[in-house]
Amino acid sequence: MSSIETQKTIEEASGDYKYGFVTDIEMDMAPKGLNEDIVRFISAKKNEPEWMLEYRLKAYRAWLKAEDPEWARVDYPEIDFQDIHYYAAPKTDADNPKSLDEIDPDILATYEKLGIPLREQEVLAGIVGSPNVAVDAVFDSVSVATTYKAKLEEIGVIFCSFSEAVLEHPELIKKYLGSVVPAGDNFYATLNAAVFSDGTFVYIPKGVRCPMELSTYFRINTANTGQFERTLIIADEGSHVSYLEGCTAPMRDENQLHAAVVELIALDDAEIKYSTVQNWYPGNKDGVGGIYNFVTKRGVCRGKNSKISWTQVETGSAITWKYPSCILQGDGSVGEFYSVAITNNYQQADTGTKMIHIGKNTTSKIISKGISAGFAQNTYRGMVKIMPGAENARNFTQCDSLLMGDQCGAHTVPYIEVRNPTAQVEHEATTSKISEDQMFYCLQRGLEPEEAISMIVNGFCREVMQQLPMEFAVEAQKLLGISLEGSVG
Amino acid sequence: MLEIKNIHATVGGNAILKGINLTVNGGEVHAIMGPNGAGKSTLGNVLAGRDGYDVTAGSVTYRGQDLLDMAPDARARDGLFMGFQYPVELPGVNGMTFLRMAANAVRGHRGLEPLDGMDFLKLLKTKMAELEMDDALLKRSVNVGFSGGEKKRNEIIQMAIMDPHLMILDETDSGLDIDALKLVSQGINLMRGEDKAIVMITHYQRLLDYVKPDFVHVLVDGRFVDSGGPELALKLEREGYAAYGVHEAA
Repeated sequence: MSSIETQKTIEEASGDYKYGFVTDIEMDMAPKGLNEDIVRFISAKKNEPEWMLEYRLKAYRAWLKAEDPEWARVDYPEIDFQDIHYYAAPKTDADNPKSLDEIDPDILATYEKLGIPLREQEVLAGIVGSPNVAVDAVFDSVSVATTYKAKLEEIGVIFCSFSEAVLEHPELIKKYLGSVVPAGDNFYATLNAAVFSDGTFVYIPKGVRCPMELSTYFRINTANTGQFERTLIIADEGSHVSYLEGCTAPMRDENQLHAAVVELIALDDAEIKYSTVQNWYPGNKDGVGGIYNFVTKRGVCRGKNSKISWTQVETGSAITWKYPSCILQGDGSVGEFYSVAITNNYQQADTGTKMIHIGKNTTSKIISKGISAGFAQNTYRGMVKIMPGAENARNFTQCDSLLMGDQCGAHTVPYIEVRNPTAQVEHEATTSKISEDQMFYCLQRGLEPEEAISMIVNGFCREVMQQLPMEFAVEAQKLLGISLEGSVG
Repeated sequence: MLEIKNIHATVGGNAILKGINLTVNGGEVHAIMGPNGAGKSTLGNVLAGRDGYDVTAGSVTYRGQDLLDMAPDARARDGLFMGFQYPVELPGVNGMTFLRMAANAVRGHRGLEPLDGMDFLKLLKTKMAELEMDDALLKRSVNVGFSGGEKKRNEIIQMAIMDPHLMILDETDSGLDIDALKLVSQGINLMRGEDKAIVMITHYQRLLDYVKPDFVHVLVDGRFVDSGGPELALKLEREGYAAYGVHEAA
């Protein structure tokens, strides 16, 4: 392809972020800035009990003393935390919509554009072919609709917005909130603990295998609204749940901060599978705009033979700072991390995982695929820690990086700490490029250049993509291609 | 089908092709032979449109179109197939998926509906029976960990499925044992037809025992220095390229 054609392709590809539109609805918004009054405002807006407010205030005071971490390989201007709205909720006549009919038509139209299957009636009517996915849709800060709830309630599964759980299931929230990611854990997690707006709560009772994939779609909609999601998933003894999280966000010029916290707890013999497809606005081709995605995700395998598996496909955001981790506390517990991180143009990603082996016979597996194109920087940062009591712990780590072009960077930063001599820890890493040979071979078989890249990249990521639930796999495969459009000339 | 007029081409600034003329009609099989470094593979790459092969003079007409003006993938979709001397590995890319995408790329260009999974499997079954091959290769990643013979068989499968008009086979016989050579040759012979043309680039005569060419051309130092029928290949086998001023190490 000639350089002129390449230029044209790049312009075409970067000009149109597919989901870059803004829904115009009246916001119920807190004034800009952060202080104790704002924390109280948020808590009051949600009619929270006193203990919840106390939790927030304690976190807020800890946050005032915390410092923005600087160790990640990401570069961004200092964030003015007083220039952010910490609460925004779509206004509706009813405080809490009870059915889709009550939902603001603008919001429904937005979901329509995103292609989100929010057709509860179809599912309830049992129409063949309707997706077997429960959706708790988060529109900015308030959950506007929850589907499948009745069906899940029958088997005792709790799947609701976080705000609702605080009111309806305080005993579970009190017991588990902050038990994996303490309120003072790190700068952004602490901020989240103070001002979290809403999120999702899941509880799977003993011995229940959740019959459907649970899914949440996040969107950031209002300009200058930091979004602070809080997710808490508890899998009780012998239960099993698969949770999907997918994201898109409308185009904005200002950088938007997103600092979510996800906590997972697996008790004896329980299994949690958490899958993410993240497609937030990455900024334009010159690196202007885009989401700052500073997320703390951590799971604890508290019970014996429990398992937590993270799968993530990260294609969006201007900056990603994210390390979904597993604390393998129960004997025989298993932690897995499967990751694809794609960075193009001026995106920066510093992502990886931590596997902390505490229990005996614990095993962990890390498969990380990083793809860099344009001027992007992509860092894998991972920690494997074997504690003294973790007899016969095993870890296998594989980090592969794929470079496209010669202006981008791939970095692998593994930390390995072994404090028990019976441990077996393996680490493999490769760095490669899409070769001209591979491209030509695909073109000679009639594939268009973009198709060829998408196919080669999907091949590179196959081990990770195979982990995604069917509902996500096809979409995610397309996303890989879209994210790299215009990156090879 | 194909008309090459006075093609000159450079690779990395070095003149490799220095005035090639060749006309290939439907139904014909041409063999291009020559010593190492004569420009055989360069000619194939120029026709397929590979980056880095710069045509500095001359023209190529393919099915009435200016071939050099077409993108490499457009040439492929319009029925120009190149069998690679060194088929490329595509880690993680399923062979069956790759083949179906290739087949549908060509079908789309011909105004046909894309084949769904079931219809594709039917087509594949028919073709594999004709080729007397099994589809075990297609269940693996494309060419990854394949032996030399398996890679060439895979090229033949792709060719059969894509059903091209013009086939340029670059050293398809290299690295094959006698059984694999017979199998691959049989695959090539199946592709012969009134509206199809085959250009075989080869260093040795032995492929030509199984796939009888109509014409043999001798390429030396970027030019055709001789042309004839199949007997020319036999002569080259006996006498080497000495008659053309080339002395190859034994």
